[in-house]
Amino acid sequence: MSEKRKKILEVKHLKQYFNVGKADEVRAVDDVTFDVYEGETFGLVGESGSGKTTTGRSIIHLYEPTDGSILFEGRDISKLKTKAEFLKFRREMQMIFQDPYASLNPRMKIKDIVAEGIDIHHLAKNDAERSKLVEDLLETVGLNRDHSSRYPHEFSGGQRQRIGIARALAVKPKFIIADEPISALDVSIQAQVVNLLKDLQREHGLTYLFIAHDLSMVKYISDRIGVMHYGKLLEVGTADEIYAHPLHAYTASLISAVPVPDPEYERNRKQLPYDASAEQDHPDNPRKLREIVPGHFVRCTEDEVATYRKKAEEYKQQA
Amino acid sequence: MAERILDVKNLKIDFHTYAGEVKAIRDVSFHLDKGETLAIVGESGSGKSVTTKSLMGLLANNAEVTGGSIMFHDQDILKKSEKEMQNIRGKDIAMIFQDPMTSLDPTMRIGQQIAEPLIKHKHVDKKKAWAQALELMKLVGITDAEERIKNYPHQFSGGQRQRIVIAIALVCYPEILIADEPTTALDVTIQAQILELMKELQEKIETSIIFITHDLGVVAGMADRVAVMYAGQIVEYGTVDEIFFNPQHPYTWGLLNSMPTLSSTKLEAIPGTPPDLLDPPKGDPFVARNPYAMKIDAEQRPPFFKVSETHYAATWLLHPDAPKVTPPDEIIRRRQTFKDIMAHRAI
Repeated sequence: MSEKRKKILEVKHLKQYFNVGKADEVRAVDDVTFDVYEGETFGLVGESGSGKTTTGRSIIHLYEPTDGSILFEGRDISKLKTKAEFLKFRREMQMIFQDPYASLNPRMKIKDIVAEGIDIHHLAKNDAERSKLVEDLLETVGLNRDHSSRYPHEFSGGQRQRIGIARALAVKPKFIIADEPISALDVSIQAQVVNLLKDLQREHGLTYLFIAHDLSMVKYISDRIGVMHYGKLLEVGTADEIYAHPLHAYTASLISAVPVPDPEYERNRKQLPYDASAEQDHPDNPRKLREIVPGHFVRCTEDEVATYRKKAEEYKQQA
Repeated sequence: MAERILDVKNLKIDFHTYAGEVKAIRDVSFHLDKGETLAIVGESGSGKSVTTKSLMGLLANNAEVTGGSIMFHDQDILKKSEKEMQNIRGKDIAMIFQDPMTSLDPTMRIGQQIAEPLIKHKHVDKKKAWAQALELMKLVGITDAEERIKNYPHQFSGGQRQRIVIAIALVCYPEILIADEPTTALDVTIQAQILELMKELQEKIETSIIFITHDLGVVAGMADRVAVMYAGQIVEYGTVDEIFFNPQHPYTWGLLNSMPTLSSTKLEAIPGTPPDLLDPPKGDPFVARNPYAMKIDAEQRPPFFKVSETHYAATWLLHPDAPKVTPPDEIIRRRQTFKDIMAHRAI
């Protein structure tokens, strides 16, 4: 992959604190920096409370960042002023939610759910065109054209998630944030939805931010992965690098904890421990993402870079 | 041969709903031996949770057992009154539920909740029961147990709560522990700890476990034997190695094929959705989604064909007259591993 790829999203030193200045201040996202390139899938993994969902919500501007900036196609999204600018931004960036039961209004017909964006952005000239757009979208996501006048309760979880995807696609976005889009679905249905997302990406040139805790699925869908823990981004690299050559102890620990559908592997599995207290911050020796090998970053101090480089070198020799 | 403690035979359960009779469990048979872990895997709606609820006598009011027996040693659980079940539940057969946030009483101190089964079932006096509760809290790895025994559930994290739920389930040293998706609500690192804890405790108190889950990764690490359920029926069962490395039913193939392993580059989804159990298919329930389906699959339910002493699968593909089919590449790869393992064990 060439380094000349276009950055579609730049997250710079994003801080998202809640209850700022109070005793119960929460630093949900603390100085997170990463880029997403056009047409790729960037996977954000972490455990509950790691700040991955908050990061996604900040990017789509559901929160005003405490500090730092988010640039979408070069524009700072906190500096959008006019309603027209906001509308354009909202059209270009869409979201797919985790819970296909809670994210569809039970009192609306499928066609109205899917067409909400079409209406807001005036993408259809008349009713006939609106219906056609909706029906085409349903077909695109693998549903039946004449499902459009049904209500959400008539659909299974996997079908509902397809409706959520159709709704996101309706406004022809460039960038889709998928927040745990498959974790509420059955195994056999998960693969269907993931394959659908992959196909849509290829056909429409979409860029995804894929947020999940299921590491094996993230590895499968993502080009690059960022690992979050306690509001901090600890490691960024290509999906293969992160899995085959994890450098940060937390990443290694997380991967070692993933159950694998292979009894032989499971019998020999050793879970690696991780001690977060070893990573105390010192003001004179700040931890930040540093590039260890090209394209592979680890949050560490200046002095630790050499250690990580050595580790990366060892991986290389093993291979 | 291991002692058989549970024998479920030809279990049938219907649910009465406004839409009609939902045939949730359609002729399910399995057994559990002392000290082993049996995993029941399947998708939502496959009937795995209903099966275990029937073992506990916890079926919903609109459920009706229309046939079969559940022999726990020499007594049929289905013939027990609610009063008799109360003496079995929590004492001989205990259960761990999926959601540790809702399975504890928010208004009771956790010491009280752990001690309660001892006081009720074993008639231990309160002081002794609390002392045992304290021991158990230490055993399941709650730090500062002396302090924390007086805390309420909301003062614990999700992982700690699940440890407490396990303590409650094990306090009477049950013969059977039913764990229904016990780690699904937890993070992977916490999940790994809880699973490790369950294995340790199983050895210590010599309990048998029925483990309900949809996560094949967890099954691979926990189970001695596996039963695969689909649309209210068991379609295949065998040892963990037989199911993961030598699967025979196309549904089992599909499940294993649709799971990403850390090295997989391609996912094969199972097309379609499970059948509607208001009107279940009369043949093989997987027929509509099965790329290997034959004419007979739609017409007649396949019997269990024997693969080994411990391994049976209900698919017509195992009939001597069935055409030879080539399973997916992933399954061929797994079968090669199976051969290697068997060859290695023979040495």
